[in-house]
Order: sequence, then C-alpha cells, then structure tokens
Amino acid sequence: MKASVDTGAQRLIRFLEHAGVEYIFGLSGGAAMPIFDALVDSRIKLILTRHEQGATHMADGYARATGKPGVVLVTSGPGATNTVTGLLTALMDSVPVLVLTGQTPTFNLGKDAFQEADVTGITYPVVKHSYLITSAQELPRVVKEAWHVLTTGRPGPVLVDLPKDVTQGPCDAPEPETIDIPGYRIPSLPDTEALDRAATALGQAKRPLLYVGHGAVISGAGEAIAALSDKLQAPVVNTLLGKGAVDETGPLHLGMLGMHGTAYANKAVVACDLIMSIGGRWDDRITGKVDAFCTDAVRLHVDIDAAEFDKTVTSHIQLLGDARRTVEALLPRVRPGDTGAWLAQCQAWREQFPLTFESPDDDHLRAQHVLSRLNALTEGKALMTTDVGQHQMWAAQFCLTRANRMWLSSGGAGTMGYGFPAAIGAQFARPDTPVWAIVGDGGYQMTLCELATACVHKLPVKVLIINNNYLGMVRQWQELFFENRLSGVDLEGNPDFVKLAEAYGAKALRISHPSEIDDVLSEAIAYADGPCVVEASVVKEDNVFPMIPAGAAVSEMLIERPTEKLEKPSGST
Amino acid sequence: MSSDPNSTSNAAAKPADGLNDVHTLSLVVRDRPGVLVRIALVFARRGYNIGSLAVSPGAAGGFARMTITSQGNPETLEQIIKQLAKLVDVVHVADHLEHPPLEAEIALVKVGVGEGSDRNQALHEVALEFNAVVVDRGKATSVLRLIGSRDELQAALSALAPFQVQELVRSGSVVMDKGRSVLTDLLQKS
Repeated sequence: MKASVDTGAQRLIRFLEHAGVEYIFGLSGGAAMPIFDALVDSRIKLILTRHEQGATHMADGYARATGKPGVVLVTSGPGATNTVTGLLTALMDSVPVLVLTGQTPTFNLGKDAFQEADVTGITYPVVKHSYLITSAQELPRVVKEAWHVLTTGRPGPVLVDLPKDVTQGPCDAPEPETIDIPGYRIPSLPDTEALDRAATALGQAKRPLLYVGHGAVISGAGEAIAALSDKLQAPVVNTLLGKGAVDETGPLHLGMLGMHGTAYANKAVVACDLIMSIGGRWDDRITGKVDAFCTDAVRLHVDIDAAEFDKTVTSHIQLLGDARRTVEALLPRVRPGDTGAWLAQCQAWREQFPLTFESPDDDHLRAQHVLSRLNALTEGKALMTTDVGQHQMWAAQFCLTRANRMWLSSGGAGTMGYGFPAAIGAQFARPDTPVWAIVGDGGYQMTLCELATACVHKLPVKVLIINNNYLGMVRQWQELFFENRLSGVDLEGNPDFVKLAEAYGAKALRISHPSEIDDVLSEAIAYADGPCVVEASVVKEDNVFPMIPAGAAVSEMLIERPTEKLEKPSGST
Repeated sequence: MSSDPNSTSNAAAKPADGLNDVHTLSLVVRDRPGVLVRIALVFARRGYNIGSLAVSPGAAGGFARMTITSQGNPETLEQIIKQLAKLVDVVHVADHLEHPPLEAEIALVKVGVGEGSDRNQALHEVALEFNAVVVDRGKATSVLRLIGSRDELQAALSALAPFQVQELVRSGSVVMDKGRSVLTDLLQKS
C-alpha cells in the first residue's frame, strides 16, 4: 500500500467532514479501529458514550433538535446489535440517523468470526436502507448514496456495515459525481387537481380540524399551518410528536389529541366534519377504534410517503408531498367558510373540560404540579425530551410546546431509555438552548450510564426524574383493567437517584414537597456548570387522564377516574 | 383507493371480497445483495405467504425481474405493494390482477410406469393432450416436462394424478404484459 493512498476509513471520514458532520456518537471496538483511528486527525468531534444504545439516541436527539443527520459509530457484533433499539426508534419516528458499524474482514464473513454478527440481516426491518460494503473501492459510491437516502424524502435511519479490510484497505476510487438510484423517488408537491379538491373541501367544511403530526415538524410546516388555520378559522390539534410545529398556546390550538390527549381536542375529533392530517399517520394511539374514527368526516391526508395512504384509515383526498410545500400551495387556494359556531363549541369544551389534576397539598407531590411549574418557569424556552410512560403523557399535557424542534419524544417505538441520551444529543446540537430530559424512574435506569458522558463534557443538560417507584403506566392499566393485580411493575430497590448522580459528579437536587418545587427548579435552571439531576418523589398511584382505552372509540374517552369496572382493552397494546 | 365520502366505514383493513384471488406481481429490482430478503420481509411481517417466486436477470444489466404470486386480503396486499415500491432497491411493482398478462410456467413431473403398454399409451395420450414432452423414460418411472399457464399446468397435473406422481417441481409463474408496458419503458430508459 502506497503511503499516499487514503484508507477506506479516511475516505469515509473525509466525506462526513464535507457533509458538515460535527459530532459522531459512538463506542469503539476491534472491528471499527481503523475508523476511530481516522477520527484522530479529523475535525469531527467524537463523543464516547457508555453504551451503544445511548449513542444511537444521542444521534437521534441531535437530528431531531436540528433537522440534520445524527451519526453513530460502533463496532461489530454486540456493538452493532446494541444499536437496534435506537434504529427502531428512529425508523418509527422518521429520524435521519446514520449508523456506521465495524464488521469482521470480508474474508471472515459468514465464518462465525470473533464479534461477527449478520448486522445487515439483523437490521433489515429497522432501517430505511442499509449497505454492506465488500471492497474499499466501492466505499465512496456507497457512502454518497447512503447519505443521499439519509437526507432526502421521508427521513429514516441508514446503516452502513464496514468490514475491517474495507476501512483499512487503500481506496483511490474517484468521488462519484452522480447518484444512480432509479427505484428511489422523492415526492415534492401534490398535483394541482388534488390541491384544488382539498381547497374546495376545506372551504366547504363547517367544522374543519387540522391534525398535525411529526411530518409537519420535520418539514417545518408550522408557519404555513398556522396561516392556514388562521385563514380558515380552523382549530388545530397535534399528535405527541407534532408538538411544537404550531405554537400550542395559540387561541386556535386545542392541544394534543389521542389516547391521553385533551378532552376538548378529542371532542373536536369526534364532532368535526373535515379532518386533515398534515404529516400524521393515523396511528392507533390517535384513532382508537378505527371503524368508529371520524366516519362521517371528510378525511384529507398530506404525506410524503404514499405507503401511509389508506394504511389504517382511508382518506378521500390524498396529497402526496412535502408537508410545508403542500400547505403553502393550499394557502392561496382556500376560501374560508363560516366556522364561528364551531369555534364557539370548541371554546365551550375547553372551558367545560379543562386539563386538571388534584389540588396539591403538603403531603402529596404530584407530577402534574411539578411539570406545570416547569412549564411556567422555563417560559417555553426549554427544549424538552421525554422517556415513555406516565411522565411522558403528563409532560405532553402540561408542558406546552411553542416552537419547532423543541419537543423530542419516542412516539412510535415507545422506547424507554430514550429521553436522557436524546437530551444529551440535543444539548450538543444546541448549546445555548436549555434542555430538559423528563424521565421516569424506570426508563432513566435503562440509559443513566450516560451521566458519565454528560459530565465529561460538562453539558448543562437537566434531568427531571418523575419518581413514583413504579412502571406507572402499566400499573395504571393493571389498576383499571386487571382488577389491580399488580404484576412486574413495582420498582422496589430503586437507587437513591441524588447520591447516584453525585457519584458521577453531577449536581443533584430533590423535590419532596410541593412547597419546594419552584425553588429547586429555579436552582436547576440557574446551574450551568454541568448536568443537573432533579428527583421529584411523587405520589405513587396517580393515573393519567383523559384516557381512551386501547381499542375503544374516541367518543368513549374517560375524562376522570372511572367509578365502575372497565372491560379489558381489546385493541392495540 | 379513495372511497366515497358518504361511506360509513373508514377502516383500511376491513375484511373484504377477493380473499381467494391470486395476485401476480411483477417487480423490477436493482441486482443488489439483500434485495430478495427485503422483499420477503415485506410479506413475512404481515403474515403473508409467497405462493411462487421466480427471479432472473432483466433485459437491462444491473436489474433483475421478479414474478411473485400471493393471495390474501386485498387491502393488505395493496399495502404490501406500496411497501415494496418504497424499498430503495425496487424500481417498479405492478399487480396484474386487473389485466391478465401472458403467463408461463414449467413443471417436471415424475410418474410411475412399467405395468404394460396400456399404461404407457395412456401416459402418451395425456402428454399429447397437454403438449408435454417425455424427457426421461426409465424402467420404473418417466419424467414429463409441462409448459403452460398455471391453469393449464393444473389441468395436466389432474390428468396425471392416476399415474402416481412421485415427484413434482414447478418453476413458478413468469408473466409479461402484452404490447407496450411500464416495464418495457423502464428497461429501455435504464
């Protein structure tokens, strides 16, 4: 090998530098050593994590917070398999994450070599696309194509598996000038006929409702949607992942819809005569019983992925394209109808069925109280990430999101352990934005080893642990649907989270009484010398309401704790 | 598949007619490692069986042509087709249900012989009727080669049933639209 010829690894890193990659989140290992070696000479900053799942969620958080791809580098075998949960999380929520995996040399493939795993095989169902590179000369073409797939169309994770002889071997193949993927098409804008039909339907509706999903966040459609809502005088609801596309504190915004959405959002869903999904995919958490969902309403669907049309709910008008460009194209076409009575009705519901929680007293610290104070004290300027479970739903209800890319949560996959590493990735991406990870005591323990990563880099990321010593959402279901026969939900043996954080070198605070909430949160907000962990020891057995039991119709929403026994849910989990 | 705004059901996966229709899909795919696995997974995760699968190089270099038959709930199959089309390595998918294409399949059938000339004569007649060729004539067995549409093969196999079929192998259908088709255009472009 001539000294002047770059290795495959050097070509890879140079490509990523040119593509604007600032950070790579990863954990080293034998098969990936040539790539880690190439990073020594690179301006890309390597963030060494404590577990590959954490690396993947950090890259995911970085990507959601910026819209730019997050990059992960891990070794073969177990290093690669530890990224699978992060890949699923990114796939389900359409996040551009590039996972680079080391692999045993090509001559060892299929021979059960040390730390060999069939990584492309294991990950087929959880990637947008993937590649196994079998020669160094192929690397520039494959990496360019992978980056193109990663950064265009409906985002999703892309995996590139890199055998050690490919990254170590010489590569003098020229940089390819073009990309040739004849099977890959990127929709941009629906045809005029569909736009005109949609505009007519929107103008004719008496009770229109705009249902905003993650696609609106990804495409930056919020401003256009707010303008459309204003022009039509149509109320807006958003999904868990759609939070922030349109300011949730706006007068036409009814908050989150779905299983734990606001009562007034769900009442609007039941009563509307037109519903338009903008980058939402009619997930089972939104629709409840599909056969009963918006049956009498005209249903419009804006999506960049044609495979989402008619997947769960059929639609009358399908608009294939980028959400922002589609809504912008609709704006000049629509003529507002008369929605005065509809808005008055929505306002009446808002007043009649507000989001509430039991009034706090000195003996009971309630998660909802802590979160509504966090919402007030951060003044809508904090980026929030969550884990999965009760705290996630309470945070979604009580922490209103006012701007795009300020709310990161694992929706589709429902990945516990996501929130904290995602917050680390987001804090790297946006050092000047306050970042709060809102987590439960269950999920936090799945990835809390990344406290070391946060401490090493003195990231001012905050962690708010809503600690009820339970896997609370499952406990809630067992209480409501399984005669309170608790099984596998009691987290006895939880550590002292304050001491544990201090052991890592992080600042740690505890809220035990409602009277301490504001002081402790303010102290955490003011602390900027590194991570700060706040443990809120909350009432153990609070439940999240409103609630639509899985498989029930939206109209069967429970606004508060039911007084009679409920049937076991027949629908989705 | 837009439905009537006045319809009362909106569930895409409602039970429907057409459960027994055999759908024949033509795919043009990039000739890349893993493409077959990705396609198979689209069927498998929805609990769908692939009835037959034939893969061969396409007319243009770097591409392969696949013919897949499957049956089941038509709404799910529609979703399967969309998910196939979405795969980066899949260039085109067509379902031939509405416009029956030209269709061919090959089968080799091994039948027992040897009990006198009557039986051999009868086998010969069946072969004649179905345009089959006896490609091996042994002491105890004969092998027939059948070529035809799926229905024609089915008819021939029924006629051969009395001859004690000992072994059967079928290639799976391959299909082609008559005249100019999207697939022709695609391959000429690439």
